[in-house]
Amino acid sequence: MSVQERRAGRFVRSMMARGWTTLLYKELLRFWKVSFQTIAAPILTAVLYLLIFAHVLSTRVSVYGDRVSYAEFLVPGLVMMSVLQNSFANTSSSLIQSKITGNLIFVLLPPLTPAELYFAYVLAAMVRGIVVGCGVFVVTLAFAPGVAAVVHPLWVLAFLLLGSLILATLGVIAGIWADKFDQLAAFQNFIIVPLTFLSGVFYSIHSLPDFWQRASHVNPFFYMIDGFRYGFFGLSDVDPQASLAVVVGFAVVLVALTLNLFSRGWKLRH
Amino acid sequence: MTQAVEIESLARRFGDVDALAGVDLTVAPGEFFGLLGPNGAGKTTLISILAGLTRADRGRVRILGHDVVDDYRVARRLLGVVPQELVFDPFFTVRETLTIQSGYFGIRGNDDWIDEILHHLDLTSKADANMRALSGGMKRRVLVGQALVHKPPLIVLDEPTAGVDVELRQSLWAFIRKLNADGHTIILTTHYLEEAEALCGRIAMMKAGRIVALDTTRNLLARFAAALTVRVDVARVPEDWRERVVRESGSVRYLGLADYSELEQLLAALRRDGIAIGELALTDTDLEHAFLNIMGSTA
Repeated sequence: MSVQERRAGRFVRSMMARGWTTLLYKELLRFWKVSFQTIAAPILTAVLYLLIFAHVLSTRVSVYGDRVSYAEFLVPGLVMMSVLQNSFANTSSSLIQSKITGNLIFVLLPPLTPAELYFAYVLAAMVRGIVVGCGVFVVTLAFAPGVAAVVHPLWVLAFLLLGSLILATLGVIAGIWADKFDQLAAFQNFIIVPLTFLSGVFYSIHSLPDFWQRASHVNPFFYMIDGFRYGFFGLSDVDPQASLAVVVGFAVVLVALTLNLFSRGWKLRH
Repeated sequence: MTQAVEIESLARRFGDVDALAGVDLTVAPGEFFGLLGPNGAGKTTLISILAGLTRADRGRVRILGHDVVDDYRVARRLLGVVPQELVFDPFFTVRETLTIQSGYFGIRGNDDWIDEILHHLDLTSKADANMRALSGGMKRRVLVGQALVHKPPLIVLDEPTAGVDVELRQSLWAFIRKLNADGHTIILTTHYLEEAEALCGRIAMMKAGRIVALDTTRNLLARFAAALTVRVDVARVPEDWRERVVRESGSVRYLGLADYSELEQLLAALRRDGIAIGELALTDTDLEHAFLNIMGSTA
């Protein structure tokens, strides 16, 4: 057995030291086994967005008083959009697949607490979202190298973690709520995708008419993107501290709600 | 003595249906216990409550003294369940499936026991095969393996041999018997009544959410199975013998007889009523007849 294999074996055994870390490991392994679909494909999609939008709109859109190029402006938005969508996709698809195929019973029979179930699913989804986000960031650097000079790295990290936590948690709710793939697709296509696309990924809300500017302020996804972008440029559409407060508040409410759903066994234990 | 399972006044209602209507049951440590009944009798609901998958409306369940709700972490560690549905995770191999299931119970370095399980379930050659590549019978055996990875003192098998061929069924039962001989308590539900008769020391029969018979297998056979059963192919049964019919399949009817003298009386009644006999045979008494008698008498 090679040194690498021994190290991998030690890692797997340490992950299995407790029930919930095994579930976390299983969830990581699950998306890693189909990494073309779960990691490579979303990175490619984000890069295509960048190429097309930056090419078509770079001369027509002015952001932050032209202190940042449109391609550079797009990068944090696309990174965050990828993080959010993939965090959501991981928890929601894992749970609904397990429910529909019936193998969810394997995690309901062991002595895992509701909090352990929640954190295992959510942490794995956060890892996937962040891995995809990092991949998008690295690849898009080739097209917008100026983004590498991150102004406030801790803000970037905070919004990265909070954004992935929130969407992973929404994915848990959607995955438990939905009884069939159709319902999950509706949740994703009619709630998650519109809120993501209308959150300022592709534009600054100052370029919107008054009504849509006001509408953006009730979209929690807007604060995730805007605060994340502030970390990169030190510039934002709204006060970054207000964004942080909104995002933290949203996260606390969602986490509390979801832990309560797990504790009650909502749609899991009949 | 702490019982392996203690169930008190357990009730659960789904809509207008009483899935369980006040069940009391005790299973002693080391027993091989059978839970029988027609579809919808409440067996799976009972097992689901035991496993924490379903919540009771009222009543209590304890596994080796640990309440399945208040002390669920310990109770679930003591229990291994083979579910009725053929479920699997298509992302993983057989070995990964068993290793991950061990990990859920906080067990690391469980390779020796997993190898032993694979051997006893005749799955060693499939250890690295993806679950999707297995036949139905093999998937069923992996389910059995998953229930055993944490060496639970109480093992519940809900229809474990459905879809498993005869030879493998025998090896599976040999393994389960060995576990029972090693001190594991076994609770079995099955539609193969001959399995229950051969394996279970005590049997509970359920119907409409209630236990309608509970005794040792030997006593159930003595009390509810007729000494003799005759299979007779006739157009109709004499009126005074109708209540002796335990089963009908078209014109083939099974009648319970107390002894051979009753066979002569039956033949006389058929002659008296001018009923022609297409075919006649005596069959051994078995649990199936007891089951049908009990289910029939509690209609």
